[in-house]
Amino acid sequence: MIVDLGIIAAKAFFVVFLVLNFAGILGWIERKGSALVQDRIGANRASVFGFAGLGLVNTLIADPIKLFTKEDFIPLYGDRLLHTLAPCMAFFPPLVTFAVIPFGDVLILGDRVINLQAANVNIGILYIFAMASLGVYGVVVGAWASNNKFSLLGGVRGAAQMVSYEIAMGLSVIGALMVYGTLELQEIARAQGNLLWGWLPAWGFFLQPLGFIIFYTAAIAETRRIPFDLPEGESELIAGYHVEYSGAKFLMFFAGEFAEIVTVAGLTTTLFFGGWQIPYLMRDGFHFPGGATILLPHLGVVFLQVGGFLLKVLFLCWLQIMLRWSLPRFRYDQVMRLGWKILLPLALANVMVTALIIVALQNGTLKP
Amino acid sequence: MTAPVLIFFVLAASSIVSSLLVILQRNVVHSAMALVATLFLMAIIFLTLEAPMVAALQILVYAGAIMVLFLFVIMLLNPLVSESRPMVWWFFGALAAMLLAIEFVALFLPVATESRALPEGFGSPGMLAQSLFTDFVLPFEIASIVLLVAIIGAVVLAKREI
Repeated sequence: MIVDLGIIAAKAFFVVFLVLNFAGILGWIERKGSALVQDRIGANRASVFGFAGLGLVNTLIADPIKLFTKEDFIPLYGDRLLHTLAPCMAFFPPLVTFAVIPFGDVLILGDRVINLQAANVNIGILYIFAMASLGVYGVVVGAWASNNKFSLLGGVRGAAQMVSYEIAMGLSVIGALMVYGTLELQEIARAQGNLLWGWLPAWGFFLQPLGFIIFYTAAIAETRRIPFDLPEGESELIAGYHVEYSGAKFLMFFAGEFAEIVTVAGLTTTLFFGGWQIPYLMRDGFHFPGGATILLPHLGVVFLQVGGFLLKVLFLCWLQIMLRWSLPRFRYDQVMRLGWKILLPLALANVMVTALIIVALQNGTLKP
Repeated sequence: MTAPVLIFFVLAASSIVSSLLVILQRNVVHSAMALVATLFLMAIIFLTLEAPMVAALQILVYAGAIMVLFLFVIMLLNPLVSESRPMVWWFFGALAAMLLAIEFVALFLPVATESRALPEGFGSPGMLAQSLFTDFVLPFEIASIVLLVAIIGAVVLAKREI
């Protein structure tokens, strides 16, 4: 009993630790990466005894100290309670969403089989969408509580944009759910270990390419980053919904955004890039299509799987950050047209075509 | 008192408090946020009743979509001070609420006292879909047509000039 509770607590701690640390590293990638893209040096103003660590000292030590020691400003006619609650509402959903994303297969210690997933619920992906749909409150409530017309405009834009793209995002994964025939993310990750025609891994990216593109686009719109950063839009709205935030509260909005990036990357990995699967890696080692095998001990396999998952997540996070620094911002009507008139019909067509192919193949799912 | 009962009473008390906050406050945004909290707490009550699917849908549809639209409208219109209603309306409202409560008690009290074991897979997405698409397929399709008509009607009303 105590050991079971300890295992659950350890898994929950690992997941929160993972998301928060990824968020910190992403802050560094964002600042240093943007400097590289724009041919600047960037993030080089802080050092410890002359050691700047490629800007790591600046982003991981100096920035948090600066933000935590700044004055916490609440506008005079703002709403004190909601102004304080809004950053928490923005930070809560991305932290809890990662709970159902599996980061490995099973770890067998003695006679104990540990499922490497913080919470295994049979509604799986619905839990993620339910939590993600709460993310809009941080934006809307923070914008309203600031009593500032620029932030209010940002909040209104954010609410409309996030509600619109939630629909396209929800519909885009239905194709993948039909292919794998389950809502449970651990089952989806397991099903992607199969091989198509004996050599191609049955990843969602190969089976649902259109679904992946729609999902990734809509998910980036949900994180409110360029090219979809209309709620912030600094050239029009100063800083949009968090214009009246300073200090640690702003840090929570800032870190919440990075935590959302990590969650989007984790979910995309699980649905479309095989989750913790490494091609040809079975539970006892590598089995290559040609017939060659490399047997590995159980712990080695688990480390490879978790490491592979983390690498894929890191790659997708990096891709989102590079997209931000490569693309210009859409106009607001373009954002709405893309969401409602392009992504939504495409997602519906994807569902129809997938259903027709599944019926035509007459095997229902691709399970063995 | 066992742990599940204790959890139920904590959840029930806090959802009653937050639903009272919905109607007893002047500030409409505070009321809306209290309603979100109530819906969230109700979802947790559904979770304790072994109905995770209903809990997820509760948050996804009500807290995550409908209440966002409420807030959207509130922010666009910004009715900072809501005018006070005459006492007569409070009286009729309270009367209607009392009648509803009595009906619920009369309807559910005989059922609530008997307990039976849950069937296998109760509350799972599969079981919900099974009953929706077999036993209740006609009401389900009628509801979707009604919703479609409502959507088209809203578009027609909003875009009169096109």
